[in-house]
Amino acid sequence: MKILLTGNPNVGKSVVFNRLTGVDVISSNYPGTTIDFAKGYMYIAGEQIELIDVPGIYTLEPTCKAEEIAVQMLKEGDVIIQVIDATNLERNLNLTIQLIKYKKPMVIALNLFDETKHTGISIDVEKLEQIIDIPCIPTCALTGQGIKELVERIKDARLSSFVYNDSQRWNEIGDIISKVQKITHKHHTFSEILGDISVKPLTGIPLLILVLLLTFTLIRFIGEGLISHVFEPFFKEVWAPIMLKFSDLLGQQGFFHDLLIGKLIDGRIDFGQSFGLLTTGLFVPLGAVLPYVFAFYTVLAFLEDSGYLPRMAVMADTIMHKTGLHGLAIIPMLLGLGCNVPGVLATRILETRKEKFIAATLLSIAVPCMALQAMLFGLLGHYGIRGLGIVFGTLMVVWIIIGLMLRKIIKGTSPEIFVEIPPYRIPYLKGVIKKVWMRLKWFIKEAVPFVLLGVLIANLLYTFGVIQFIGKITAPVFIHLLGLPKEAAGALIIGFLRKDLAVGMLIPLNMTLKQLVVASVVLSMYFPCVATFAVLLKELGVIDLLKSTMIMVLSALITGGLLNMILSMTLN
Amino acid sequence: MISLTEMPAGKKGTIAAINGGYGLVKKLDKMGFRIGKEITKVSGQWMKGPVVIRSGNTEIAIGFGMANKIMVEVK
Repeated sequence: MKILLTGNPNVGKSVVFNRLTGVDVISSNYPGTTIDFAKGYMYIAGEQIELIDVPGIYTLEPTCKAEEIAVQMLKEGDVIIQVIDATNLERNLNLTIQLIKYKKPMVIALNLFDETKHTGISIDVEKLEQIIDIPCIPTCALTGQGIKELVERIKDARLSSFVYNDSQRWNEIGDIISKVQKITHKHHTFSEILGDISVKPLTGIPLLILVLLLTFTLIRFIGEGLISHVFEPFFKEVWAPIMLKFSDLLGQQGFFHDLLIGKLIDGRIDFGQSFGLLTTGLFVPLGAVLPYVFAFYTVLAFLEDSGYLPRMAVMADTIMHKTGLHGLAIIPMLLGLGCNVPGVLATRILETRKEKFIAATLLSIAVPCMALQAMLFGLLGHYGIRGLGIVFGTLMVVWIIIGLMLRKIIKGTSPEIFVEIPPYRIPYLKGVIKKVWMRLKWFIKEAVPFVLLGVLIANLLYTFGVIQFIGKITAPVFIHLLGLPKEAAGALIIGFLRKDLAVGMLIPLNMTLKQLVVASVVLSMYFPCVATFAVLLKELGVIDLLKSTMIMVLSALITGGLLNMILSMTLN
Repeated sequence: MISLTEMPAGKKGTIAAINGGYGLVKKLDKMGFRIGKEITKVSGQWMKGPVVIRSGNTEIAIGFGMANKIMVEVK
């Protein structure tokens, strides 16, 4: 049996899903699309039942691609569980009575039922069940209340006999509401007051700045803490001695030794420079980057589940609008700061080709992923504002300038923001943990093989002199335009595979601060990594991807050249 | 009758007309906003930013241009 979990967005559907299913949740793409949904299993009386978390929808008349897929998915289930926000009965019933016409057995979970009490709403559940002729179970997924009953009543799922005239839909709903719901006077709740503060300009802008500062401080605090107290000690104290023994075993030199362990530096292993599969190849993704990725996704999950993101979108809308995007595009940008791949995938929440193109291009050029950032922190961190500050500041300026230009150049329309702002809610801890765990698993699965492949290819290219050759023919660009040593070409080639690894390749070049800054900016901008490139191809198509790539390369060269000129005059 | 953008923040009113196409009407409708619905304007932004309105427990943000097309009878 296949059960579909559906409902409006922001009704706690995912929490219900997490309550109903065990740990084995699979996130998969809908065939032929990049729209993903979660799938899990539950057991009723020994029978295994597949449960699918359908993307949230407001109506069965789809207005975007994700909604289209959600409606498509509804056709494939045996039973539908609609999760309803009990504090928002009218809007949710609008979907219910449309679902009834689908002729699938239904059950309704009246979720967030506990919240009705302090918002002054009282619902006569029995009467509601009678009128719409579908089992209704009050639940509070956050605490688990009502979930057991919901499971027990799945067997009572039935086709409703409720009939209505579609042109009179809201009147019909109004009629139901007047019979089952009573609203008493309510006071402004704390969450509502906080909600209002977050979207008013005078208070919302300082709050936004505060949240962003806090977010990045937290990420660096957690990431750095994990690296210096857990990951670096492990690699230095535990892994390095093992590798040294292994190195002795291999005779301290030779092709395989250099491939697996890399070069010993003063008889020791240097995880940044040795460049072997088992040393640098494991240290970069696991020792240097993973702690930051973990920190980023943990903080992001709290931001997402608390309901702050749509408010952030409202506050960011004015600036985003100038670049041909709207406020919601802040979400792909934020995700892109973790990893550009989910960032690009998230551009599908934008409606038009123009918006998607601008968002994806800006993301690839000027939004460095956490892996790249983590390595930049290591490379430039001790220079303080003169190092990291210039790199991030330049990227921000580039983001705005290219955005302003693309808005004018790219044909098409840029629709305005239109988004629901859900109430603030306390994040469901188990859900947060699950989400972070799934994203970390995904990162390890994606990143580690690519870094290993990168180390392998870099080693082979050096051995056969390819990088030296490319360095020689591109030398004019590197030396004269960018002021970099020609060996930096190697980093840019490997940067196509993994940017974090490429930053690692800059370390042994002994560059000046100016060169480090220019190399970091060019490396961030010139091209996305291969994984991002692949999803860009899927989301944009060949022609738009070529256009986007041209913009990337050109803007990287121009910015790098300008930066080299300006810094030559000011830094040294 | 004034547009949502002209309505002062914090005021209540009733949606009186939607001077937009079918798309806008449909978008608003799916969120439960339609002619005759009572709303509160929560906030507007500087420099033609979005308008936030609330009805019951539903709150939405609407771009300036769209908000300009939504006319309200302020109480």
